Amino acid sequence: MAEMAIKKKRPKNLDIMTIRLPLPGILSILHRISGAVIFLLLPVLLWLFQSSLTSPETFATFKSVVGNPLVKIVLLGLIWLYMHHFCAGIRYLLLDLHKGVDLASARLSSKIVFVVSIALTLIIGAKVLW
Amino acid sequence: MVNRIVVGAHYGLKDWIIQRATAIIMAIYTVIFLAVVGAVSPNSFEAWRGIFAGGFMKFITFLFFVSLFYHAWIGVRDIWMDYAKPDGLRLVLMIATAAVLVGYAGWAVQILWRM
Repeated sequence: MAEMAIKKKRPKNLDIMTIRLPLPGILSILHRISGAVIFLLLPVLLWLFQSSLTSPETFATFKSVVGNPLVKIVLLGLIWLYMHHFCAGIRYLLLDLHKGVDLASARLSSKIVFVVSIALTLIIGAKVLW
Repeated sequence: MVNRIVVGAHYGLKDWIIQRATAIIMAIYTVIFLAVVGAVSPNSFEAWRGIFAGGFMKFITFLFFVSLFYHAWIGVRDIWMDYAKPDGLRLVLMIATAAVLVGYAGWAVQILWRM
């Protein structure tokens, strides 16, 4: 009972507008959001993949769709989500192996994930989209 | 420190391992795919289609898709378990998720082997 009384006094903030997540926390929620967005867009991505491979006519349709400047921006965003999920996922695999679990390393590795995933996005975007 | 002796059926361990195994397969495929696209620089329909014409590329691309769909199943199921609290709603969402993913796997086979 004494333990419960102490627990009740502990400050708790679940107000999403005032929560200040540290960088590893932002990485974590983005890992989930990126996975969810890619899942929701799977039918569109499969349709694009199918169009690109079926016939010269559907390939032309594919090219005109992905050539649209607005679509290019969306695809660049998607490449970033994929690269973030990819890099953050590798970080989680290393954490599974107990590599970099102390606070300083965890913060440093989350910075590296953001820098590397954004750099890869820009390189791939420059090569494939523009 | 929690001193807990884990015994029993290891519920969830299989999915935990599959989530990671599929992640590694997809990561390796991503590197191979980017290397191939970088080397070939496909600028035409024929060149792009040529990448997926060979049996090996078809095989690993299919493996990528199956890994993607299984990985998505575990991840999306976790999202429903965290946020969809009413049991009935959660069940419906899980069944719908599994159903579309199985359908996507069939679609992926059709794309790769009918092209």
